[in-house]
Amino acid sequence: MKPRTSAGRLTSRSLVLHENVAAYLFLLPFLIFFVGFVLYPMFMCVYTSFFDATMGREDIFIAFANYKELFNDEVFWIALKNTLVIVLVSVPVTCAFSLWVASVISKMPIAATSVFRCIFYLPVVTGSVAVTMVWKWMFNNYYGIFNYLGQNMGLIDKPINWLGDTRYALGCIILILLTTSVGQPIVLYVSALDNVDKSLVEAAEVDGATPFQAFWKVKWPQMMPTTLYILVITTINSFQCFALIQLLTSGGPKNSTMTIMYYIYYNAFKLYRYGYGNAMGVILAIIIAILSAVQFRLGREK
Amino acid sequence: MNNLTSNKGRVYYIICYVLVFLIALTFLFPLYWIITGSFKVKQEILSATPVWIPTQWVTTNFENLFAKRSAPLFEIGSLVGPTIPGALRWLLNTVFMSAVSMLVTCLTAAMAGYALAKKRFYGRTILFSLIVAAMALPKQVILIPLLREMSSLHLYDTIWAVIIPIIGWPFGVFLIRQFAEGIPTEMVEACRIDGASEWRTFTDVMFPMIKPGVGACAIFTFINSWNDYFMQLIMLTSTKNLTISLGIATMQGENSTDFGLIMAGSALASVPIIIVFIIFQKYFTKGITMGAVKG
Repeated sequence: MKPRTSAGRLTSRSLVLHENVAAYLFLLPFLIFFVGFVLYPMFMCVYTSFFDATMGREDIFIAFANYKELFNDEVFWIALKNTLVIVLVSVPVTCAFSLWVASVISKMPIAATSVFRCIFYLPVVTGSVAVTMVWKWMFNNYYGIFNYLGQNMGLIDKPINWLGDTRYALGCIILILLTTSVGQPIVLYVSALDNVDKSLVEAAEVDGATPFQAFWKVKWPQMMPTTLYILVITTINSFQCFALIQLLTSGGPKNSTMTIMYYIYYNAFKLYRYGYGNAMGVILAIIIAILSAVQFRLGREK
Repeated sequence: MNNLTSNKGRVYYIICYVLVFLIALTFLFPLYWIITGSFKVKQEILSATPVWIPTQWVTTNFENLFAKRSAPLFEIGSLVGPTIPGALRWLLNTVFMSAVSMLVTCLTAAMAGYALAKKRFYGRTILFSLIVAAMALPKQVILIPLLREMSSLHLYDTIWAVIIPIIGWPFGVFLIRQFAEGIPTEMVEACRIDGASEWRTFTDVMFPMIKPGVGACAIFTFINSWNDYFMQLIMLTSTKNLTISLGIATMQGENSTDFGLIMAGSALASVPIIIVFIIFQKYFTKGITMGAVKG
């Protein structure tokens, strides 16, 4: 709309005003909650990390003391190492596994595809508490099915205390985490495979490409944005793995399953060290931001 | 030659189908184990050799679950309802929490998503970047400040302390914005030329068109808030205010080897939400894929 007369310009200015007022009125209900209960706490997380804060007394300003303590805290480094192990194992495995499952089930009849998609999504819907409880039972050293199956198949000669052994506990956590994290990537890959330009695939096949070549040379590049998105959400999810650890091992045995997420919880809600917990939260957020940026950069280059 | 490769391909796919089928069974197994476990007698639960199919189906575990704790049905001011089993109250709390979060989120997200997609206003780009940034950060990072905020608002240990942050979480807005983007702006402009008010334009023209997006947002919010264990763990403490997941987790702390009891609780927490998921699966899948477009 290009106003030519001064009267026209006037109405256009009032139109802009009107548009702004209307937009903000529509945004208002959401903004109240978003600013008050997401942005404000985010700001407070950074702010409080410079304080010695606990329950029932005024916060004391201590500048960078929390961060200094953090870098000298042995448990924090163990937690960081474990968290990175979880992320580095679960992200690639989740992506590769869901791509494979999606490529297989997307060739099935539509009804079968949706049944399988549903089954692989079930552990997510079941909820972290129920899932954790049943795995706790399955890993139990007296009544669990893993020791029964392992002994029956001759893989182990005596029952193993899976969750109480520093050698196995983290592995068990990662295994459970994997079953609860492939659901969303599979849904995304199935829909990405559906949206691949069919004419390109057909053209490649006419030119004599094997299904394998057609997949990697034609379909895979087209699915790059989906892969990128999956990498980012899976990374964030792996960092957030909490219920499993809180309910199964509480970070033990001997800190072998201690993660940053659980250590934040432990400091804040067991020791009531709010400032220290927030400092850790800030570090965690920075790590995730850097990782996401790196993944995006790599994805763009490809 | 051609015949040979297609044969090889066929064998490969058959192997893949069988493998996927077997893996799918292991994905179903935990759920099967929860449900059968909740109906097993104690000896079969605590047997070193797994009892794959219960020889007798009993409801003792559920009876125990309902006998363990109790809470009033409701409390409005000084009006206190009749005492009911704790687990039932937790289930009611969870349904209330998920339903309220869902309804309010859908309303606020539909309005905000529409404004973000179709209105030109100052600060639009900044707001959108803030929304995307907030979604990328782990929610747990803000829990300590949120806890202190809720205590100072006297909302700590009430169901509202869990509901309010869910409404503020911007995923729903993002989802609906993505959906509304795809709707031609001419529709909105035509409405304005016809002299319809802003609100009428939204309710009569825009809303019917973004309904599928709102549906996806609804089912997403409902399921996610039902299972949002961390937030519930931190905000809720007294028996009458717990959610079903949190209640089961608390019971587990006290009866850590009574797997029958815990499975009964787990079944109660998960079966309703699984049914909801299966009914609305289509919307749910749509929500997941829509959030990813250009994400």
